[in-house]
Amino acid sequence: MCTLEQRSNLFILTLTGNNQHRLSPTLIAAILSALRQVKSVATSGSVLITNSKGKFFSNGLDLPWALAAGCRVKALSRLSQMVESLVSFPIPTISVVQGHAAAAGFVLALSHDYMLMREDRGVLYMSEIDLGGCLPDYFTVLFRAKIGSGLARRDVVLGGRKVRGREAVEMGIVDGVWGGEERLGEAAVELAERLGARKWDGEVYQKMREGLYPELCVVLGAVTGRIQAKL
Amino acid sequence: MCTLEKRGDFFILTLTGENDDHRLSPTLIAAVLSALREARSQATRGSVLITTSQGKFFSNGFDLGWARSAATPSDAFLRLHQMVESFRPIVAELISLPMPTVAVVQGHAAAAGFGLALSHDYVFMRSDRGVLYMSEVDLGLPFPDYFSVLFRAKLGSIAARRDVLLRGTKVRGAEAVKLGIVDGAYDGEEKVKGAGMQLAEKLASRKWNGEIYKEIRKSLYPELCAILGLEVDKPALSKL
Repeated sequence: MCTLEQRSNLFILTLTGNNQHRLSPTLIAAILSALRQVKSVATSGSVLITNSKGKFFSNGLDLPWALAAGCRVKALSRLSQMVESLVSFPIPTISVVQGHAAAAGFVLALSHDYMLMREDRGVLYMSEIDLGGCLPDYFTVLFRAKIGSGLARRDVVLGGRKVRGREAVEMGIVDGVWGGEERLGEAAVELAERLGARKWDGEVYQKMREGLYPELCVVLGAVTGRIQAKL
Repeated sequence: MCTLEKRGDFFILTLTGENDDHRLSPTLIAAVLSALREARSQATRGSVLITTSQGKFFSNGFDLGWARSAATPSDAFLRLHQMVESFRPIVAELISLPMPTVAVVQGHAAAAGFGLALSHDYVFMRSDRGVLYMSEVDLGLPFPDYFSVLFRAKLGSIAARRDVLLRGTKVRGAEAVKLGIVDGAYDGEEKVKGAGMQLAEKLASRKWNGEIYKEIRKSLYPELCAILGLEVDKPALSKL
């Protein structure tokens, strides 16, 4: 399902298993549990890296579960808890997209502060328009919060465009692309080390992210109270 | 502290002291606010405000040294809060000034100093010296509410906002232009001041109605006006 590894100040969450890393109730619960664990031991200087293995980063929700009567709402609400946890995480977060990321899988990747992708493999794809499914409100708010270009948002969300690495950089969706899984992994660790070296205060970092994405935090119920400055 | 000079159509506000880092202390904040109100009272068609500074710093933000020198930690927090609240009217004054405003950032601009520059309509900086830096994430200081709104209003690029606010990136001139934070970056103090004056001349020659200019500017930043308590009026339609 997923593993959590600590490598000095880096927490590495890896999606495992064979089912295209589809977000089933079990996987979502496992991710939520891992995030809670990281939160409980993280200190200033910690960084979270979320990655995956194989052809897919994640191919979205486990469809049979999600489409079952009455389950779609539950599925999307369960997923929103995961997005909320990431958006209010007290340390920097990096998603490492080594393969295809579709629908909820794309959302999972986009919920991180920094997104790195492979140049030579994998696409980002919001499949909902092609599948005839609607987007929950927090999906669209997330896209508006994270992707600045209106044209890029239109192409991705309304146009169902399959976006490869280079394009994703040009469209302002990801922060960088690397050729090959190894180089991508190394780039993520390098970025994580640079961010970790700043030793940011977790409460302040979380509050600042909230200031960057206020609409998203409201729609996810992730708004926190005022925090005192420590001089 | 600061001087306000009238030169033809221009109001030139200068933070003074070559060796100063122009910390926004209560005294400097009061002086700048007073100067802005003076400029407003003398505004005519074609007026332009140019704000600049002297030396290595444009402004290094609030006077944290003064805050920390308080008797107790809670007094220190009160001092910081006092500066935050008294700086708010400066941003409000700049957003509602009835004339175009140009910041000529000849040195480092950090935290509230960066906010001061960004509150102007146009920002020029040096390409050979000086950085723009939101130090708060490194200092562990949360942003005042109106800072986040100011940066969201003025920094169009989402990636730039994340890099500046969440990552505390120190942005040099060329990058600041690329990220759309400043309007231009020039090599050397003379060139950046020259660019500021040249733009000011072009703006002044348009002889805009100050009240209309102010209302149009405010209408560009509704969220910022709301948080600053500035009402966005619709002035009566002029002779059409």
